[in-house]
Amino acid sequence: MFTSVDDVSVRLAEAGYLASPAVATTVFLAARLGKPLLVEGPAGVGKTELAKAVAQVAGARLVRLQCYEGVDESRALYEWNHAKQLLRISAGRDESWDETRTDIFSEEFLLPRPLLTAIRGDEPTVLLIDETDKADVEMEGLLLEVLSDFQITVPELGTVTATRRPFVVLTSNAGRELSEALRRRCLFLHIGFPEEELERRIVRLKVPGLGAALTESVVRVAGALRAMDLRKAPSVAETVDWARTLLALGADTLAESVVRDTLGVILKHQDDIQKAAAKLDLDAL
Amino acid sequence: MTAVADRITGLVGALRAHGVRIGTGETVDAARAVAALGLADRELLREGLAATLLHGPGQRALFDSVFDLYFPRGVGGPRSASGDRDDLRDRLAGALAADDRALLARLAAEAVDGLGGYGSSPGSDGWSAYQTLDRLRPQTLLARVRADIRGQGGNGTGGNGTGGADFADRLLDDEIRRRIEEFRRMVGAEARRRVAERRGRDEIARRGVRPTADRVDFLYAGRDQLAELRRTVQPLARKLATRLAARRRRAARGTIDLRRTLRSSLSTGGVPMRPVLRRRRPVRPELVLLCDVSGSVSGFSDFTMLLVQALHEEFTKVRVFAFVNRLDEVTGLLDHGRADPDGLGARIRAEATLTGWHGSSDYGMALGEFAERYGGAVGPRTTVFVLGDARTNMSDPNLPAVRDIARRARRVHWLNPEPRDRWGTGDSAAPAYAGLVEMHECRTARQLGALIARLLPV
Ligand SMILES: Nc1ncnc2c1ncn2[C@@H]1O[C@H](COP(=O)(O)OP(=O)(O)O)[C@@H](O)[C@H]1O
Ligand SMILES: [Mg+2]
Repeated sequence: MFTSVDDVSVRLAEAGYLASPAVATTVFLAARLGKPLLVEGPAGVGKTELAKAVAQVAGARLVRLQCYEGVDESRALYEWNHAKQLLRISAGRDESWDETRTDIFSEEFLLPRPLLTAIRGDEPTVLLIDETDKADVEMEGLLLEVLSDFQITVPELGTVTATRRPFVVLTSNAGRELSEALRRRCLFLHIGFPEEELERRIVRLKVPGLGAALTESVVRVAGALRAMDLRKAPSVAETVDWARTLLALGADTLAESVVRDTLGVILKHQDDIQKAAAKLDLDAL
Repeated sequence: MTAVADRITGLVGALRAHGVRIGTGETVDAARAVAALGLADRELLREGLAATLLHGPGQRALFDSVFDLYFPRGVGGPRSASGDRDDLRDRLAGALAADDRALLARLAAEAVDGLGGYGSSPGSDGWSAYQTLDRLRPQTLLARVRADIRGQGGNGTGGNGTGGADFADRLLDDEIRRRIEEFRRMVGAEARRRVAERRGRDEIARRGVRPTADRVDFLYAGRDQLAELRRTVQPLARKLATRLAARRRRAARGTIDLRRTLRSSLSTGGVPMRPVLRRRRPVRPELVLLCDVSGSVSGFSDFTMLLVQALHEEFTKVRVFAFVNRLDEVTGLLDHGRADPDGLGARIRAEATLTGWHGSSDYGMALGEFAERYGGAVGPRTTVFVLGDARTNMSDPNLPAVRDIARRARRVHWLNPEPRDRWGTGDSAAPAYAGLVEMHECRTARQLGALIARLLPV
């Protein structure tokens, strides 16, 4: 998939993703060792984006399982199409139950969900299991099974084995501690807030119209806010939003009044805004 | 490759000695990673080994210190070392102004070599980070670095600042302080490396490297470690909240789940014979915390109070009481404490009435005062947590008061930050209290997390 760590960086950059050395190295190893990649870190640091960029540069289809509280087998693996089955049952009144049963548990009535979809089919695939920490613990057992053998058994149909293992990316915002067993299956990558230099490059890439001086100032303020112990520290996504806002406002330097008026773009909680304003010595807000 | 294999084995051994669980599978992956990455780029190697050996972010600082010992930047001293302090300070100021990490690392090596050596006889000599920093005094360079940067018109990181008008300029001092802090860390790592060359890497990797903050005894944690712990309160609370939610889900059952009923009805030919039940939302419990906040255990109780505050949505009601020898309610102070966790302890000690005519702990007095004045706070839905070492300075432990609280409450748990084998030594009344309520050893943040996940009512 990749010839070197550099190759990863260069190709991801072409797809609009600027990888830190840690990200490029780990992606390279995950591909090399054929292991799933667990990416953990705060919201908005580019975890989801990374999986999409990898799929793009690898020319692979992206199959995404979005986790949420209560996601279960029928949403992750497969489900029988009950409505269609019931129709079929009531249509075939004079058949024996055995005949009907064989029929309604066939491919025609199966609804494949992301995990099954990713394992069937033989084109290159990136399987993104997004926000794994939102799923319940029971879901982890299922993921563990699938990621161990890359096969899924549908009792009524038999076992499906991957002919071509997908490149698996699991993401987590660490809302919940994932089980040790699941972690052990994976290579681990923590993406934190980027170094200044990388973040400047990201802003330059996403908001090319913003001047160099302003770009630099935006990144410096974001760094200062992150050092403040706020309820929600601004992430890359917020820095980029802020840069866009400043561009739209036509600001050419980061004047105090501009910061004061736009702090709400980069901070989400009222008490964070108040605290930051005080620490930054902003005039009354 | 065998030399590399030895290093990986040594690195893994040292990490295990610090409680990182690494199986043989991970060790094999690590070796494969090294083979795939080569040895040419040390930072890639670092990332590759971290990705294969670690499973969570909490172990990374520990890993980095140990990695620096087993895969050092170089061996021996730097090629051009200068013992001239003023010359070093000049170059350091330049590197700080330019924020040049590579140069800073080289200067750290030179500084340790030139200023950090002590002793002359083998066996008693070594390198000291403390001595290096004491002689070099990097923190006193702040004003000079600031002036340098202002003179060039920028923040030193390559952007072309447009002159003084920019708001970000007021961040400069903090930025320089962070760079100096980073340099101090580099000096520490370099001194450890030099000592390790002399004394044997394995020894230093096991003894000279700090454990992760969640494994440090509350009773011995320093200020910076307590500050580091406080930063883990929110993530830990989120983890615990999900665990509690899972337990709560398991705990109750209720209404019919149509979708799942229909699904299970397929085995009976579409006739819904067996209704599947959906779970019912139970009433959330109430919590009361009684915290000894006297000097010896304050690190422990401050952390626990913040954690409980962060979890308050899990309960109908949380009330928190602090005591030394008098007891006072601090629930309100804690609510305000969210915005400024670092100041919580000081505020409680300043604003609540916690001491009478002397300043040392008296559990008997404090618990008696609670039972008398606030007994109504405890009812059949209340779980009570007592936090403290039960060292009551030889005064009466007042067991009837504890019996009274235990009788009213649904449950009483006592979390004791002392190691179990010290309970009952000296003035500790721990065994007597442990006879009446459940007492648990709770020495570290890690233990606390596990206890809370298990003991909190759902
Ligand atoms: N390294 C990066 N390169 C390019 N864009 C990035 C990078 N990191 C973050 N971003 C930007 O941040 C936004 C949020 O990223 P996302 O992947 O949704 O975050 P997460 O999944 O970690 O919450 C993306 O839209 C992307 O534009
Ligand atoms: Mg995402």
